[in-house]
Amino acid sequence: MSRLDRGPDKKRNRGVGSLLADYAVPVIFIVISVVAIPLSDFSATYLIQELLVRIGRNSFLILSLLIPIMAGMGLNFGMVLGAMAGQIGLIFVSDWAVVGIPGIVLAMIIGTPVAVALGILCGEVLNRAKGQEMVTSYILGFFINGVYQLFVLYFMGWLIPISNPALVLSRGHGIRNAISLTGIRMVLDRLIPLQVGTVTIPVATYLVIAAFCFFILWFRKTKLGQDMRAIGQDMAVADSAGIPVNRTRVIAIVISTVLACYGQIIFLQNMGTLNTYNSHDQAGMFSIAALLIGGASVSRAGIGNVFLGVVLFHLMFIVAPKAGRNLMGEAQIGEYFRVFVSYGIIALALVLHAWKRLRDRAEARRSLRGPAGKE
Amino acid sequence: MPEVPLLKLENIGKEYFGNRVLADVSFSLNRGEILGLVGENGAGKSTLMNILFGMPVISGTGGYEGNIVLDGEVIRFGSPFDALAAGIGMVHQEFSLIPGFSAAENILLNREELNKSLLETVFSERLNTLDRPGMRARAARAIKTLGVDIGVDTIAAEMPVGYKQFIEIAREIDRTRTRVLVLDEPTAVLTETEARILLDALRKLADGGIAIIFISHRLQEIKSLCDRILVLRDGNVIRDSDARSASIRDIAAWMVGRNVEEDRPVRAGTISDEVALSVRDLWVDMPGETVRNAAFDVHKGEIFGIGGLAGQGKLGIPNGIMGLYPAGGTVSLFGREVELNKPRKALDRGMAFVSEDRRGVGLLLGERIDWNITFTGMQVQNRFLKGLPLLGNLVRLRDDDAIAAESEQYIKSLEIRCTGPAQRAVELSGGNQQKVCLAKAFSMRPELLLICEPTRGIDVGAKELVLNTLRRYNEEYGTTILITSSELEELRSVCDRVAIVGEGKIAGILPAISPAERFGLLMMGDVEDEGAQKEAVTGNA
Repeated sequence: MSRLDRGPDKKRNRGVGSLLADYAVPVIFIVISVVAIPLSDFSATYLIQELLVRIGRNSFLILSLLIPIMAGMGLNFGMVLGAMAGQIGLIFVSDWAVVGIPGIVLAMIIGTPVAVALGILCGEVLNRAKGQEMVTSYILGFFINGVYQLFVLYFMGWLIPISNPALVLSRGHGIRNAISLTGIRMVLDRLIPLQVGTVTIPVATYLVIAAFCFFILWFRKTKLGQDMRAIGQDMAVADSAGIPVNRTRVIAIVISTVLACYGQIIFLQNMGTLNTYNSHDQAGMFSIAALLIGGASVSRAGIGNVFLGVVLFHLMFIVAPKAGRNLMGEAQIGEYFRVFVSYGIIALALVLHAWKRLRDRAEARRSLRGPAGKE
Repeated sequence: MPEVPLLKLENIGKEYFGNRVLADVSFSLNRGEILGLVGENGAGKSTLMNILFGMPVISGTGGYEGNIVLDGEVIRFGSPFDALAAGIGMVHQEFSLIPGFSAAENILLNREELNKSLLETVFSERLNTLDRPGMRARAARAIKTLGVDIGVDTIAAEMPVGYKQFIEIAREIDRTRTRVLVLDEPTAVLTETEARILLDALRKLADGGIAIIFISHRLQEIKSLCDRILVLRDGNVIRDSDARSASIRDIAAWMVGRNVEEDRPVRAGTISDEVALSVRDLWVDMPGETVRNAAFDVHKGEIFGIGGLAGQGKLGIPNGIMGLYPAGGTVSLFGREVELNKPRKALDRGMAFVSEDRRGVGLLLGERIDWNITFTGMQVQNRFLKGLPLLGNLVRLRDDDAIAAESEQYIKSLEIRCTGPAQRAVELSGGNQQKVCLAKAFSMRPELLLICEPTRGIDVGAKELVLNTLRRYNEEYGTTILITSSELEELRSVCDRVAIVGEGKIAGILPAISPAERFGLLMMGDVEDEGAQKEAVTGNA
């Protein structure tokens, strides 16, 4: 056997600046938290309790973002489509007064076909907008929001029978702005009660999330997962190897949309109230912000990023209003801060991503140069 | 009894929109035989391989004539996947590896080993998990066939280019059915040692019964590796010869073909000893035309040609000098260094540029001819402007009279066929657009004129006119001109000296009157010996 005389290229020497850019976002948040926690004067048990609740509430939604990232489709802003599907399921379940775990399961069963249909639509649209997935799915979310409002605001109670008058607006059709989900409120969280000191742990929810994590780990090992990774890194090469690119991308979006539907149901059972016209809006933005804060990028995200992100993002949510009031005498500053930060982080992540792509491309070209280029 | 050839091409022909690119190409290939396919750019090699591989571009443009017979059966592939299924593998020039995947994952891309599971029956095979150990073993086997030692877990992005080439070939070998392997310039990116290992590996594969079509511009390799050589020129088979009996000089002559016309006009211009442009250690990051290390001198009043095959970097040189792509090294004009990466600096120093990308970089397509001609002069030299009365040069307006005078003059002298100076550039024919580009450059009254592909995409009559214009301009004004062109004949007819670029370096510089085969040899990677090269660089030969 002959050994090639050239060793592997030297590990790229990126320097501190580049390394910092890769982890800039989580580092900023850790610093903010370290400063804000003492300022807020919250007790450790309070913080832990709040965090446990929020991790249970949000993780599933954020996890639903991972598969499209793997398939190279970026951050799936279209996950709000799934959230809407979940809410439609919840509206029917409330109307029919199915309570407890059966209510949640039924909501999921109703939401699934809606989410699959929306996911296929979204996937097909994104296949026609390759390279522009994020902005397309973002705008598609607005469009489908209009369709959702048409159904919920006009058709429900008119074309679609809604029997419970408590759900319907006084004019006779359309769903009320806020629906109290009393029948299914925290049923999953309290299914397996566990109390450690004064801290309550929503064990069942965590088990569902753990199951989801194992699903993702398993999925990555499948042929389908491998195909998605290939497509994510180089669509042209994957295509020439015979991988059905378009179909696989649709599958990735459908999986994400269906999981976002379940995630929204889990989120809302914890909240206990459904804001018919707003709940889904925030689902996308806050999930994506949390994932990015966890150190994910538009092209790379793992389970670790989800949990680090959810902890850092929500830690800031909890402490910022109180810290704001203690520091500035105004709680509003915290609320302002969290919206400001969500959008800011997403913008920063997009810029960093574009910059990294340019840098990688320049580096790839540099390797083609001869001795004259090695300065 | 003669052996039935594995692959036989019978009278293959192909036309693209009435333009014949292949005519009556026939050859056959036996098991275990290595066929070297050589020819200049545009000789029809790629079209031939596209036909063999069932590329959609062929069926989309009206199919092809003739028959391909594989193992005694006439075949007509609808897509590359049909070709793969029939056992024809292809290793392309550009790498098709997934950067973040390991060697094993890339070799078995979409042909992974899977663990069986119940989900397969319910959904599809794609829900089976990958059998990583199985994949590793299979990949290692394929790599071993090649006789190299590459770890199956090495990530493609971290491999040196040489490794990548081997991984691509290993991928084709792993297909158990591969009977014919086509390699399109596999050694172009390899070091000498790597290339040698690759050639050994190919020989080993051929001994195992695989037939190989080897496309390369390096004639040395063709000669040492191949059993037979097929030379294509202008879509025709010029020679189908035994590799052992043909000399490299013969092959180069067959490829380039045409003999020098002796009616080359006598030059009236004078070339001084003064060096106008001096280039040292130049590298340019132009995608697809990377320049790695170029050095040459151009004398004042000289017409200097840069030739070479596509993708070797000849276009990168003028584009890099003008600052249009990231570049480094030293470029001096009349002894003073020119700042790179800033087109404005190059323009300020009296260099004018006619881009090969006429419609993209060369012209403001939607604007009038006269504005196109005067635009750079206006921007860079503040000409064709007039101050407002009283305000002096604080506010300056377009001087339409000056613009009209200038453009009328060029429209007349270059015979630009148009309805008038107000016609939009997009409405002109290719040849007339090119003349507008030249007028724009001439209007700058440059010290040095850099022209890329002056006759690309224009008809024969216009070609002659453009070249004559360049020659006349050089004679009248003594302007130094650097012409980059894919057409060697054109360079040899108009230039004083011609440099041939190969693999991003100057392979050699020859007087334009040198015999064609010497240029052919340079293009084929036969670098002139060091001493001659030194002399050629400075032009004191």
